[in-house]
Amino acid sequence: MVLIVLDHAAGTPRRTAFEGVRAGRRLAEALGVPLAGLVLGDADGAAAAATALAAFVPTVYRAADPALAAGGHEARTRAIVDVARSVGARVVLMAASRSGQAVAPRVALRFGGALLEDVTDVRVEAGAIVAERLTYLSRAVATVRALAEPVVVSVKPGAFAAAEASAAMGAVEDVTIAFEESDRVAQVEPAGRAARDRVALEEADVVVCGGRGLGDADAFEAHVVGLADDLGAAVASTRAVVDAGWRPYAEQVGQTGKSVAPKLYVGLGLSGAVQHLSGMNRSGVIVAVNKDPDAPIFKVADYGVVGDVREVVPALRAALAALD
Amino acid sequence: MTIVTFVKHVPDAEARLGRGPDGLDLGGASFALDGMDEYGVEQALRLREAGAASEVVALALGPARSEEALRSALALGADRAVLLETDAALDPIAQAPALAEVVREAGAKLVLVGGKQADWDSAALGPALAEALGWPLLDWATELAVEGDGIVAVHDVDDGSARWAAPLPAVVTAQQGLNEPRYPTLPNIMKAKRKPLERRPLAAASATVETIHVERPAHARRNVVLDGDVATAARELARRLRDEAKVL
Ligand SMILES: Cc1cc2nc3c(=O)[nH]c(=O)nc-3n(C[C@H](O)[C@H](O)[C@H](O)COP(=O)(O)OP(=O)(O)OC[C@H]3O[C@@H](n4cnc5c(N)ncnc54)[C@H](O)[C@@H]3O)c2cc1C
Repeated sequence: MVLIVLDHAAGTPRRTAFEGVRAGRRLAEALGVPLAGLVLGDADGAAAAATALAAFVPTVYRAADPALAAGGHEARTRAIVDVARSVGARVVLMAASRSGQAVAPRVALRFGGALLEDVTDVRVEAGAIVAERLTYLSRAVATVRALAEPVVVSVKPGAFAAAEASAAMGAVEDVTIAFEESDRVAQVEPAGRAARDRVALEEADVVVCGGRGLGDADAFEAHVVGLADDLGAAVASTRAVVDAGWRPYAEQVGQTGKSVAPKLYVGLGLSGAVQHLSGMNRSGVIVAVNKDPDAPIFKVADYGVVGDVREVVPALRAALAALD
Repeated sequence: MTIVTFVKHVPDAEARLGRGPDGLDLGGASFALDGMDEYGVEQALRLREAGAASEVVALALGPARSEEALRSALALGADRAVLLETDAALDPIAQAPALAEVVREAGAKLVLVGGKQADWDSAALGPALAEALGWPLLDWATELAVEGDGIVAVHDVDDGSARWAAPLPAVVTAQQGLNEPRYPTLPNIMKAKRKPLERRPLAAASATVETIHVERPAHARRNVVLDGDVATAARELARRLRDEAKVL
């Protein structure tokens, strides 16, 4: 069986769940094994998510426990390994989100298998599971093969298109997890959530990112957030901007931030340091605005405008508004 | 309390990666202590300086050149170092049991490791170590303090940040924001040469993942710079985004 861990936020499936379904269907078909989903959460969240996701997989296993809503890696690991064992999973697939990246290695080690981590593609070749992943600060692509089974695969958010619903509605089955005391030692309490008033950074089709070249937090708000609002885009920042305290860390893109691959990425007043590029160089179309014609960002850009962001952005917003 | 801090010797972020006959050529790259692991070393030193730890052990796994990363950690202030030496390409799942063995032997209660090392861009080592040790994992910490016989921390989760508390022992992954790493001073670099560094051959471990091929993707970017005054360039950009790139 191919078992997909399907993520949701308080019962609403995340886009990565649908991306996981697409990757999972491909593997299940190639291996000739059945496909199932696993939803973890508190009773309400798991119930809502399982109902929504039953349209995408033949079976949804639903594990409900307060420990699973709190997001503790230990409890999630226990639940995934328990279910994967009892259904005899050959492949366990999950999103390489923050939580998925913390849980997948634990599952692989406990399950005695291999881990294909943060993959941008995955397929079956001569019976083996083969994947592609970015390495060396995303400057290279490695093709890797699992040497042991079961195989745990974490899929890079945005690497697969979201799957369509199936023709038939799947079944929802409740599973009970035998937690151990050690699964609950960590106390997790949310300290602050990023404002969710706009589209989530990793799920956005358009990302507007601002750098130190904006000059200050007010100019960032006016130009970067302003253009993002016009485009219905997510807002992102470079580390220099986060370090300066203009924007929250949750918006940082790069090696130590999020990894994004939108259809359109607009980089404003940022230099294009390697650590930043590693978080956005898979974007579809890259636009750069920088006053320095030699800024490294232009090397990876599809379209560039050399100029002062504070002049170019208002002109661009006017030009976008004037498009018929 | 002993803290083990993991360090990896990785290609420098600015290193040029060449194209070789079968993929990537690292021959021209310079190597250094991984930037994220460095945040872990710094935090270990701060905890020792605050009296929460008595000893900081730097631990590496890799080829002989990894000794340089350990010397860097010793120059920053670690007390001693252990290198599990191997030329084999081992994934984090394969490395974790051997590393966990050294952690247990050192009697450590806290392991620090970078959130993601800049060679394989893997974030798996911290979680895999936690699993091999049977300890809780706190990933991507931006604040970390030892209180009583536990740790309290703030870390990043998918939608923001969370406060986290657990009894020791535990594994914590480090990242930017946790601290500002210090620079080694010349006297400390000299002193580091005399600090104990133990090299041991890595006992048999077998890889669970094999690399078939590595290559540098040639990004096909348009690289068009739009000329003219600001208004003209902006209009042309808007038009091309709609008609040529079709992303609007
Ligand atoms: C271990 C490690 C991890 C890191 N992780 C990340 C990460 O996750 N994300 C990240 O972004 N960085 C990361 N960095 C930092 C990275 O190396 C760069 O320092 C950072 O990305 C620079 O941000 P910036 O482009 O905003 O600023 P700068 O490099 O200072 O660039 C500002 C740019 O704005 C231009 N400019 C100035 N004024 C104007 C104007 N009026 N109009 C137009 N253009 C203007 C300048 O020409 C310049 O190119 C990391 C570094 C390390 C060591």
